[in-house]
Amino acid sequence: MKQEFTITVYTENQVGLLVRIATMFSRRKINIESLNTSPSEVDGIHRFNILVDETEEVVRKVARQIEKQVDVLKVYFSTNEEIIWQELALYKVPTDEIAEKVKVERLLREHGARAVVIRKDYTVFETTGHREETDGLLHALEPYGLIEFVRSARVAIIKGSRGFHEKIREFEEMQPSSEAAENEFLNEGEKVFSM
Amino acid sequence: MEQILEIPKAEKRLNGDAVANPKTTVVTGSQAVLDALVCEKVETIFGYPGGAIMPIYDALYDYSDRLTHILVRHEQGATHAAQGYARASGRVGVVFATSGPGATNLVTGLADAQIDSTPMVCITGQVFAHLLGTDAFQEIDVINITTPVTKWNYQVTDAREIPQVLAKAFFIARSGRSGPVLVDISKNAQLQTFDYEGYTPCQHIRSYRPKPIVRKEYIEQAAVLINRAERPFVLFGQGVILGNAEEEFRQFIEKTGIPAAWTILGAGAMPTDHPLNVGMLGMHGNYGPNVLTNQCDVLIAIGMRFDDRVTGRLDKYAKQAKVIHLDIDPAEIDKNVKADVPVWGDCKETLPMLTALVSPKKHEAWLAKFREHDAQEQAAVIENELRPTCDTLTMGEVVNLLNELTGGDAIIVTDVGQHQMVACRYAWFNQTRSTITSGGLGTMGFGLPAAIGAKFGKPDRTVIGIIGDGGIQMTIQELGVIQQYGVGVKIVILNNQFLGMVRQWQELFHERRYSFTDMVSPDFVKVADAYGIPGQRVSERAFLKNALQTMLDTPGGHLLEVMVGKENNVFPMVPQGCGVAEIRLK
Ligand SMILES: Cc1ncc(C[n+]2csc(CCOP(=O)(O)OP(=O)(O)O)c2C)c(N)n1
Ligand SMILES: [Mg+2]
Repeated sequence: MKQEFTITVYTENQVGLLVRIATMFSRRKINIESLNTSPSEVDGIHRFNILVDETEEVVRKVARQIEKQVDVLKVYFSTNEEIIWQELALYKVPTDEIAEKVKVERLLREHGARAVVIRKDYTVFETTGHREETDGLLHALEPYGLIEFVRSARVAIIKGSRGFHEKIREFEEMQPSSEAAENEFLNEGEKVFSM
Repeated sequence: MEQILEIPKAEKRLNGDAVANPKTTVVTGSQAVLDALVCEKVETIFGYPGGAIMPIYDALYDYSDRLTHILVRHEQGATHAAQGYARASGRVGVVFATSGPGATNLVTGLADAQIDSTPMVCITGQVFAHLLGTDAFQEIDVINITTPVTKWNYQVTDAREIPQVLAKAFFIARSGRSGPVLVDISKNAQLQTFDYEGYTPCQHIRSYRPKPIVRKEYIEQAAVLINRAERPFVLFGQGVILGNAEEEFRQFIEKTGIPAAWTILGAGAMPTDHPLNVGMLGMHGNYGPNVLTNQCDVLIAIGMRFDDRVTGRLDKYAKQAKVIHLDIDPAEIDKNVKADVPVWGDCKETLPMLTALVSPKKHEAWLAKFREHDAQEQAAVIENELRPTCDTLTMGEVVNLLNELTGGDAIIVTDVGQHQMVACRYAWFNQTRSTITSGGLGTMGFGLPAAIGAKFGKPDRTVIGIIGDGGIQMTIQELGVIQQYGVGVKIVILNNQFLGMVRQWQELFHERRYSFTDMVSPDFVKVADAYGIPGQRVSERAFLKNALQTMLDTPGGHLLEVMVGKENNVFPMVPQGCGVAEIRLK
């Protein structure tokens, strides 16, 4: 059964790696729903958040193929229940419409949004949340002549993760110690995929 | 290990970038490239020059006492030659090519090496860094083009990166599950001088784990399954050869008495005449190994990846068996066939651990089943193929005579098609690293350059390329390499005047509609003659053995064209979409 999976990839900061990771999906004709790259909790290490709608079996296979890339340190994949995630959205609407027709205060409160910019000609609102939440404000604003809308990629924190600081020390060792030598096949019970 | 080599005409090139430092030498990027190759003990490079790699070629001129460069006739030929070299010798194959078309011509060979895990380092020239992205003459985005077909690739635009990047390249190419690596070096970096501190080989990359520490739990679980098994069956692949674990493998097999069958890349890891070697797996493999895959109770896969040409339909594959999968690449475990016991590790380490825990056994009744199936296959297929009574020659009898004349000591290199399947089925191998064939990619045109490369890798062994009339014409220009360097490689063209393997499928599955598979070929003996290579053509049984003997006895290269039956088929066959047990004998 297909469902949303958030794939977290820790990598070296290397030109060309985005393509290498993206081809792991495109070669199987998997659509990437959203993709975010950012620094991670560890200095110099990048973190990708990739959202796909796929079966667990396929996601596991892709995750292994990504993890074996030389510049990739670690891959985890998680269902929505296993993560805390947010998306950010910006909405640009004509100021006069908004000021006249809606109670701005109420609208902002209801959708947990705030005004980032208020100009004579337009106003920009911002909200973060799950898809339904950012969609809620979108629908609320549509009747008032929405000029522009944009939503960011998903960013996610894994509930069961203890962070990557410890791991990186193990990776930096010349020889993996027996504690460091995790074996994914032994960690099936754990919440996060681990290799 | 640090090493500073004597580097010719270094200081002369000193320019603004470099400062004199007593501990370092001032070298150009090109010299650093070649010094890296020398330090990595590279002896042979297959390559082709062009504008963007000229500084490296210029420097190579001064290294001719330490590095042998073989000028191929097409860059694809360089990649396959490097593959043949690597697979015969166990060393890393090295390729040079220029930017643009030189680089794009590498793609097929890289893809072939990637899927067949062949260690290879390709170095391409690139336009000046300031021209990148401007559609400069012969600029191509080789990094993006080759990303899906390399284990790793990297673009260098600053010479100071060269020693470290090449050290990484060689380490990655040969460690873990080996594979091809491409390093693209812009022309300015080749020309740039810098303070060179010598070459330090790479031994660790923090984001890269070539192999894990083996977990004993899994070895123990595997041993329990094996000790309890009544009909255990081993499938082995190239992992045994790449892991240099032939001896460990033999000990495991002989202690457990388990029948073992091979993939075409694993052939030779165990001698053909070993009593526990029960033959070839896959679509055109032997009858017993295919049928009995679906009767064994424990299936032990060692260094193989359950390619679809081996498994046929997966939902009809070994469903009754418990599966133990030993592999160095965790992405292979559970990819196609779910493993009950995954043994992730280098089989050089895992096999002895397993051997220590298994009890010595014999499986006579079970082995007898393989022999029964073999008898059926002998009668239905093999006898007619090896000792035919028809007028026309068969591919099998050619291979059979070669076995007789070489005693199974030759390296057999094949191209792709019917002749490949026949060669793999019937050739004898006494020792490892004796069969070189394009398995995963099935690249026509592989055979001739790979045979040439194999001869450079193992000059003391007899190297025979068995090639189809179609495939030879894909890289026939490499005969020029045989001519120029006097390569003592023996080429056997099995000419059925057809793109035989495709024709066979048309006959069996497309109502004999031979759509564009009959092929008119040149006079191959005359072509060879034009290249100064002696050759002969035979079409009659009476002359075949002598012709083969002449080929083997002729010093240097030789080409023998054998006219074989036009419409012979390769059997047995597991038709596409069928399970292994549905293998057809005719
Ligand atoms: C580069 C490439 N193009 C096409 C194919 C498809 N193909 C597989 S076998 C074959 C026929 C090969 O003919 P030949 O070299 O004469 O060998 P034969 O099968 O007759 O022994 C073809 C066209 C291929 N494997 N590789
Ligand atoms: Mg042919």
